Amino acid sequence: MARIFAYIVHNGGVPDDTAAELPAAARKIDPAWAVTAIVTGWGANLDKLCESLSGTYQEIWKIAKEPLAHPNAELVRQALVSVLPAGSILLVPHAHFGVDLSPGLSIKMNSPYVPDVVDIEGMEGTWLKAVRQEFGGQISVHVRCNLATGAVLNIRPGAFRPADRVLGGGQVVDKSAEVGTLTARRRYLETIAAETGDVDITKEPVLISIGRGIGEQENVAIAEDLAEAMGAAVSCSRPVVDARWMDKSRQVGSSGQTVRPKVYLACGISGSFQHLAGIKGNPFIVAINKNPKAPIFRVAEVGIVDDMLEFLPALASRVREETSVAGKERRRS
Amino acid sequence: MDSIAEATYWLIRGRELFLFLHLLGLACFAAIAARRLAPLLRAERDFRFDRPLARLGKLVQFWLAQWRHPRYRLAGVLHILIFAGFLLLASRAFTVLAMGLSDRFIDTGSGGFYGIVRHYATTVVFLCMGTAIVRRLVFRPARYGRPSADPIFLLSLIAILMAADGVFEGSQAAMHAQAGPAEFLAPWSLAWICQSAFAGAALATLRNLHLGAYLAHEFTFFFLLCYRPFGIQFHVETSLFSIYFAKLDRGTVKPVRWGVADQQLDTVPSFGVKKLEDFTWKHILDFYSCADCGRCAEQCPANAAGRPLSPRALSIKSRDYVFRHYPVWGPSSDGTPLVGGLYSEDEIWSCTTCGACEAECPLLVEYIDKIVDLRRGLVDDGKAPQPLHKPLKALEGRGNPFGKLEKKRADWAQGAVPIANGGGVETLFFADSITSYDDRAQSIGRAVARILGRLGGNFGILGAKERDSGHDVRRFGEETLFLALRDHNTEAIRASGARRIVTADPHAFNALKHDYKDVPPVEHASQAIARAVRTGQIRMKPVENGVYTYHDPCYLGRHNGIYQDPRDVLDAIPGLRRVEMKRSRDRSFCCGGGGLALFYEAQEEQRMGVLRVRMAAEAGASVMVTACPFCLVNIEDAIKVAGMEGQMTAIDLAELVDRQMVS
Amino acid sequence: MEILVCAKRVPDTAENEIQLNRAGTDIERDDLVYSVNEPDNYAVEEALQIAARTGGKVTVVTVGGDEDEEVLRREMAMGAARGVLISDDAFQGSDGRGIAAILKAYVQSEHYDLILTGVQAEDGCAQVGGMLAAMLDYPFASLVTSIEVLDGRKLKIGREIEGGSKEINAIDLPCVLSIQTGINEPRYVGMRGIRQVASVPIPTLGAADLGLGPDAAGEAAAKVKRVDYFVPPAGKGAEMLQGSREEIMEKLMDLLKAKGGLN
Repeated sequence: MARIFAYIVHNGGVPDDTAAELPAAARKIDPAWAVTAIVTGWGANLDKLCESLSGTYQEIWKIAKEPLAHPNAELVRQALVSVLPAGSILLVPHAHFGVDLSPGLSIKMNSPYVPDVVDIEGMEGTWLKAVRQEFGGQISVHVRCNLATGAVLNIRPGAFRPADRVLGGGQVVDKSAEVGTLTARRRYLETIAAETGDVDITKEPVLISIGRGIGEQENVAIAEDLAEAMGAAVSCSRPVVDARWMDKSRQVGSSGQTVRPKVYLACGISGSFQHLAGIKGNPFIVAINKNPKAPIFRVAEVGIVDDMLEFLPALASRVREETSVAGKERRRS
Repeated sequence: MDSIAEATYWLIRGRELFLFLHLLGLACFAAIAARRLAPLLRAERDFRFDRPLARLGKLVQFWLAQWRHPRYRLAGVLHILIFAGFLLLASRAFTVLAMGLSDRFIDTGSGGFYGIVRHYATTVVFLCMGTAIVRRLVFRPARYGRPSADPIFLLSLIAILMAADGVFEGSQAAMHAQAGPAEFLAPWSLAWICQSAFAGAALATLRNLHLGAYLAHEFTFFFLLCYRPFGIQFHVETSLFSIYFAKLDRGTVKPVRWGVADQQLDTVPSFGVKKLEDFTWKHILDFYSCADCGRCAEQCPANAAGRPLSPRALSIKSRDYVFRHYPVWGPSSDGTPLVGGLYSEDEIWSCTTCGACEAECPLLVEYIDKIVDLRRGLVDDGKAPQPLHKPLKALEGRGNPFGKLEKKRADWAQGAVPIANGGGVETLFFADSITSYDDRAQSIGRAVARILGRLGGNFGILGAKERDSGHDVRRFGEETLFLALRDHNTEAIRASGARRIVTADPHAFNALKHDYKDVPPVEHASQAIARAVRTGQIRMKPVENGVYTYHDPCYLGRHNGIYQDPRDVLDAIPGLRRVEMKRSRDRSFCCGGGGLALFYEAQEEQRMGVLRVRMAAEAGASVMVTACPFCLVNIEDAIKVAGMEGQMTAIDLAELVDRQMVS
Repeated sequence: MEILVCAKRVPDTAENEIQLNRAGTDIERDDLVYSVNEPDNYAVEEALQIAARTGGKVTVVTVGGDEDEEVLRREMAMGAARGVLISDDAFQGSDGRGIAAILKAYVQSEHYDLILTGVQAEDGCAQVGGMLAAMLDYPFASLVTSIEVLDGRKLKIGREIEGGSKEINAIDLPCVLSIQTGINEPRYVGMRGIRQVASVPIPTLGAADLGLGPDAAGEAAAKVKRVDYFVPPAGKGAEMLQGSREEIMEKLMDLLKAKGGLN
């Protein structure tokens, strides 16, 4: 079997969550799941990264070149093409960097490219059968490609749960010398960080969103409390802004902000199409509403018929209980 | 000694001096009027020369009888007095001018009935000027805005004109009184007061007063004549025309270009108003005619909600724009774009076309057609606001702004209403988009269906073949899409074989009545229900509690004059306590708008609906009854936003009747 | 500057309910409303704004059949100077790589300084832009949210990255960029605008015109093949949690942990 490689996305040496998920995906391709991590970067951060991956990967190929200090898909591609053996299967997380890197990489590697894989069913000979989604997740698709000449597979973050059993080891193999001079026709200049100060809901991965059901200004605190417990932020629908209970910058919707969270708790929100238009990226939506017929239940994945003014405080204390327990467990292990 | 014509003013004989001054004044006025006319000649055409009898009728009602003025009681009465005064004094003015040229006009009309009328008219106008100035300076009604110098200046000038006449005549009578029996001056008129005041003066002094008053009159008269076209007082001249040429056809919107049929619109290179000369001459005349009285702005719901729209401000700044680009002295400049400079886009999109401004304006200035034309221009340039792109695209693709499937359009009827498929249907119930697809509004459709069933006769719906009536598509400037929707619906309606149409949606009602051609006559559900209630075909059981108030939907009430039918229906319900909001009938306050107005999110301080719900509470009501699905949806929404759930509910008239009907 | 925008005609996800057809081989296409892929529309608007600033022309190209012409007309109504349709039976069933190969042949037959695509279409693959760039050996950037034209055949672009931050890059021309929605506010195009360009000719190019052999693209050449469509087991509508408040809360906690809702 061709070697399976997992490209590790990291931020200053801290690996992304997907680093732990890619081996689970690899396991579904090759049950023997010998997957090698491949990391690019420069300096102490890169070494720190290899260190933190040692628990998840047996072997880590390190490419350290100064031009790779800031991730640049064009340069990473050149590096990978120099280093990867023919017929390699490369797993990349399907996110901002993966979308930039993989299509062009698959052309230069002369291998098929399957983007945004949400599940892998297995092999039939040299053909891989995988699952994708189309139309914003409304429909699923089985696809197949021949891995004989290798492949680039972009894996959707969060689609594969990290394997429970990990074969660590973390042997670092330095491949930097195999990469020649890197020439860039696209050059990194700077990063403009997201606005801080008051919360920017467009950047929040978890949102507690409140609607008219919050009832009055004083009750907004209930949502803020839950958000604090969950490490989330509070957003809202238009009626809450109209009533002046929250600032306009917190409004999700066609006339407010567009958010792309991972998890969206819609509390006391009826689910008008103007509001839903502001939610992109197909997050996990939990709807909590007194009215079982609220349209939001058609769009949410999970629905709870209850009074948000009672449910949210209960949830907040439950969450606090959980995070303190988890904290204790982590410290124990 | 009375003669002005023969008098000497600093070595110049009166006759020559005043001939010169009269001619100078008239020439100036003519030149100014010509410059004011110039933009009208370059503007778009407007077909307003038809139906002279109807137009004369409007002139009598609104110009002569000042029909609209008493809506604001004190200001209205003042203005009626001033206007009556002006009419009565018209002949006096000319006589006085003529006196400067020939002695033949002296003593004309100083006695007799006209004399008395004239004396009091002058006095009343003078007093009205004083009252008006005091109102503006001391009481400051909000709609006049901050007190400014110009109106006070003009009011003062008119007062001076009246005073000059009083002094002129008083001094003359005083001179005569010293020589013999004095003429009769109406007691306590200005002239009479002046005569009393001058009684003991020397003849020479009186003569100087007499001549001086005449000169003052001359200058003031011609100054006013030439100054009026520079400000709001121009309405003195233009009101006759703005009212004669006023729009006769209520409820409809002007065509993209007069004289160009819908099928030929592809030949028109540019739609709508993008530069000044794209307005029609009547619209520019409207800008001239605005008296800045502020009544429209005070009634405008968008203005009350804090949106950047004020009808009066729109007229005044447009007028100033015309003056700047077509100055009396200097060359014209033209073609400068309006939106983005003079008007903001938000201003133009803020209007819900409720018509409150047009219903209030004493000069019959039109606003809706202008707003629609400006919107047409924006849409033509690709500047429809982003929140409207999606519903417009959905209307194009699916025939409804929600983007729901066409085949589900009849789902609201739950199979209980037959689809009118080619013939055999007497009455067509036109549901329109919101009643078909909105969860809340669908129950209105079902209620009407049950009522129509009770009334007998066969009726049906178009079902999946129905498209949005396009009423607000047109009023938001997308004329091409509107025409496509209209043509499709017209064909489907005619194919159904129906001989009459009923709808519960006032927007659809207005469209089918005024925008559509060649379709059977249409009536609103409230009219059919009212008829059935009067003939006893529908009887209703009593209502126990609640205080009900009826909210007049803009497109049922103001635009179509249907106010009483829904009230008759409510009054026929035994035990129903009904109160009237302060702003009702043609002063009804828009709920926030229907059609595409639902999707446009304006910059505002408050929702219109919230203001309306508070008005209902103020009137002591606990239930708001309305006869429009948009009003219902907006008002229910507003009740929640205002935090009045539990204190106020809303219900549609048809829903109420359906609930209370007994067999 | 000569700008090419690659557009695609797709079923409008917002207005359609995507369902499986009875045979289970495809989605039900009878009732679908099609329109231009939304990110492509943003790309055309961006191209028009750049062309207005620098002086230049915008060409819109699509690969498909006669029914795809309407997308070209809509973009021409928006202001694109030219629309080009690439159509050939041999191209049926192409995968993204095949489309990129076809577009590469077209680009090489003309001269373009800048090529824009939308970040992704209804299939969510987000691949044609990157593949096209690699085939042409042009530099590439995805998720572009701002473009500034610099002197010396360079652009300064902003890219959307994690956490809502923006990465600023300089990129040499000619290049390929994939455009993210929200980069601008596309102008409105109505029926009238489309009618005004109704009679402008749209050239159709086939495989022979582009010098492409029969196996350059098309179904046989596809490296990733679609097997079938199916409905994900969760179905539509929320899974309503049952039980007492405590039971519901436990289930919710599990779900939140799994979905990354607890930090």
